[in-house]
Amino acid sequence: MLIVTSLLAGLVFGLGLIVSGMANPAKVLGFLDLGGAWDPSLAFVMAGAIALGLVAFSFAKKRSTSLIGAEMKLPAARRIDRRLLIGSALFGAGWGIAGICPGPGLVDLGMGETKALVFVAAMLAGMAVFEIAEKRRHADKSPH
Amino acid sequence: MSIDWNAFTPWPALLGGLLIGLAAAMFVLLNGRIAGISGILGGLLQPAPGDASWRAAFILGLVGSPLVYALFATLPAVQIDAGFGALTAAGLLVGIGTRYGSGCTSGHGVCGLSRLSPRSLAATVVFMGCGFLTVYALRHLFAA
Repeated sequence: MLIVTSLLAGLVFGLGLIVSGMANPAKVLGFLDLGGAWDPSLAFVMAGAIALGLVAFSFAKKRSTSLIGAEMKLPAARRIDRRLLIGSALFGAGWGIAGICPGPGLVDLGMGETKALVFVAAMLAGMAVFEIAEKRRHADKSPH
Repeated sequence: MSIDWNAFTPWPALLGGLLIGLAAAMFVLLNGRIAGISGILGGLLQPAPGDASWRAAFILGLVGSPLVYALFATLPAVQIDAGFGALTAAGLLVGIGTRYGSGCTSGHGVCGLSRLSPRSLAATVVFMGCGFLTVYALRHLFAA
């Protein structure tokens, strides 16, 4: 069941990225370019998404299982720490270079864009670097 | 700053945003989880037992969304201006940054703000701010 609901959610998410213009990196850069001719459209994407999200999450927060009986796994982390801030800063810089964040990268890949393939491959490599670094970090902490 | 009224598309942006919000709502209410694309994708690299299939299904839905969209309408053009070197650097930064900072535009931006998480608000302010600064630097400070 989780597979079907995940597939559907991914599909609806992707359609939203296409309809909204988020899947077009040039459009995203138009939004991020405050110093040039600014295109405020993407603020409306966030507004639309959060309007529905607020309702869904206020409902979800009161539940211990999902509507199909899956475990509710909302993030427990509360601390605003260095990892959060440095990671977000690196992400923002990468987003600003090409105008592509993870979702649109995958959608553009589905459109057969060769350049999206390069971006997604590099993104996966970056994620793999993170996994390796995390493993090292945990290995260093464990007793030898 | 001047506003680029020709590029401004508030209605498709809002509609697409509502679809993204619907996807995030479906994901938390049915699967009990945050629809954070970087987290779902990154978790595929070292999946916990039983975790790989729903993660892969979500990603498949995202990548397949242009195919479904194309059944009903002509896909909008996407424009990726970044060259291969820039795409590689951007992808690496996005991959490392989103994993180190525990989220991207979807996880922190849409879901985190929707559940009123101060941690996600901090992440969103930082990655948006760095996105604005990076585009400003690349387009207005260092551009030839």
